[in-house]
Amino acid sequence: MKTRSLPLYVVVWLVGIVMVTPLLYALISGFKTTDQLSENAFGLPSPWVTSNYTDVLASSSFWKMLGSSTLIAVGTTVLTVGAAALAAFALARFAFRGREMMFTLFTIGLMFPFAVAILPLFVLLRTFGLLDNPWGVILPQAAFGLPITVVILRGFFRAIPGELEEAATLDGCGPFGFFWRILLPMARPALGTVSVLAIVASWNNFLLPLLVFSEQTWWTIPIGVQQFQGQYSADIARVFAYLILAMVPALAFYAVAERQLIGGITMGATKG
Amino acid sequence: MSTSTYVKDARPPTAAEAPPPANRRPLMRRFTAWLTAVAFTLPALILFGALVLTPILYALYVSLFNWGGFGSPEDYVGIDNYTRLLDDPVFLGDLWRGLLLVLFSIAVQLPFALAMAVALNQKLRGRAVYRMLFFAPYVLSEVITGVLFMMIFAPDEGLADRALGSIGLDGLGGLWFADQDTVLPTLFLVMTWKYFGFHMMLYLAGLQNIPAELHEAARIDGANAWQRFRHVTLPLLGPTIRISIFLSVIGAIQLFDLVWVVTQGGPDHHSETMAVTLFQFGFKRYQMGYASAISIALFLISLVFAIAYQRLVMRRDTEGALTTMRGAR
Repeated sequence: MKTRSLPLYVVVWLVGIVMVTPLLYALISGFKTTDQLSENAFGLPSPWVTSNYTDVLASSSFWKMLGSSTLIAVGTTVLTVGAAALAAFALARFAFRGREMMFTLFTIGLMFPFAVAILPLFVLLRTFGLLDNPWGVILPQAAFGLPITVVILRGFFRAIPGELEEAATLDGCGPFGFFWRILLPMARPALGTVSVLAIVASWNNFLLPLLVFSEQTWWTIPIGVQQFQGQYSADIARVFAYLILAMVPALAFYAVAERQLIGGITMGATKG
Repeated sequence: MSTSTYVKDARPPTAAEAPPPANRRPLMRRFTAWLTAVAFTLPALILFGALVLTPILYALYVSLFNWGGFGSPEDYVGIDNYTRLLDDPVFLGDLWRGLLLVLFSIAVQLPFALAMAVALNQKLRGRAVYRMLFFAPYVLSEVITGVLFMMIFAPDEGLADRALGSIGLDGLGGLWFADQDTVLPTLFLVMTWKYFGFHMMLYLAGLQNIPAELHEAARIDGANAWQRFRHVTLPLLGPTIRISIFLSVIGAIQLFDLVWVVTQGGPDHHSETMAVTLFQFGFKRYQMGYASAISIALFLISLVFAIAYQRLVMRRDTEGALTTMRGAR
């Protein structure tokens, strides 16, 4: 290590400490009782108490929420990516009247916050009986996920050489055949990227499930976290343990899909 | 290729490019080609139309009524809800607080993210680990982040006050989220913790696109590290910085989850955002008409900002997005 870069190491290290402290504090506090925590905030637990964690893991409601979150994320992703891939294909490789207008419509959609539409969306979902129904969350999430997915996929589909399409057409491939058998397999990395973005967005969504699910049946993890905090606000060690366990799936997913996620946000930013 | 029912087009379309000149082909075939294209876009169009566009138009309609949210809106009040907005201190406060968050972000969060990106673009040992760590909070939901920091900034009991107390700096601690004057800065601290890594990643991607030769040449010309940063890195990073400012502004205008979980807009509205006010009126006080007017205002502010920003600031950077609107140039 060159001494010249020593200040750099110190700064980066300090920032690292600030970033990691809240998480580490939560993790360790989860192994204390709340009484221990108020007497000994900084030290290691003595003794280590595992019941905060095991209680959560033993509760069926936690696993049920994990299941709901997963189901809703998967449903949203399949729908968003499916519909967006078809549209992006047409927008990238067909020339037709209204194409640019349609694309502009989707790009304006990039700026529609959920909050803008949430009141009428709620009324709409109520009218169609989709409250307390996973579709009530999946469908709007998919619709709001379309713009970014279409923009990224269109950019990718454009980059695939035209000769390939000519060859496929000569071999008797129709447009859908080309899309399904050639374009999609080639676009696997891009599909991975947009899927990861859709999964993360769905997993962390709060506003919509908060409104749609008044009954506990379909609660997702963020709703569960908020409820748990409200219920056990006096027993903070327990809340810390719950938080840590609620973080695990997202962090594990990040560890696995880091490349796609970062590729996705930079692509989304530069293409959007 | 004239037998093909669809036209290949792998080139980026320019703004001036009209729909393709397909005049030579028989009408019927042109129609089939158009139909094929539209068929592909249909699922997306239906989803988008039904669940994004319709609700926004419906909000526009409802905003003209005095409506509690049940039955159909009947008490037409014209633009009363909008004039009420302009007199509502909470809404005007929302705008002010939104502006403060935006300014905080541009003045503090983004420069910090840029500094970290430049640092981690050096050959540092373990930089991959730092990168991963700094970005990690981005994948956590705002709810988890909010609850975590609620407990860390709990008055007296929380980690922040205790840590400050243990090093004799009790005076710096305080009520954090519970005090009118400190709630917004504390929220901003949490937002920085969660989101600076996102902007850092954008900058890192931008930095990696700057050819090393440019820095080398500047070095040979005798430019010191600061001059190289100021005159090589910064200008070449321009497009990335402009996009990151854009995303940060849109994010600040639309902030909801974090505030709702931590303070619900309190104490006494001092951390309230437009989205929170909208939610309060719509789902707590059942004034759907007024809440819809807020949502339309939020929408218009986002839209006007986005169009103005893309036209005026990012025009030279991108061919994409709104600037490709035909005839816009």
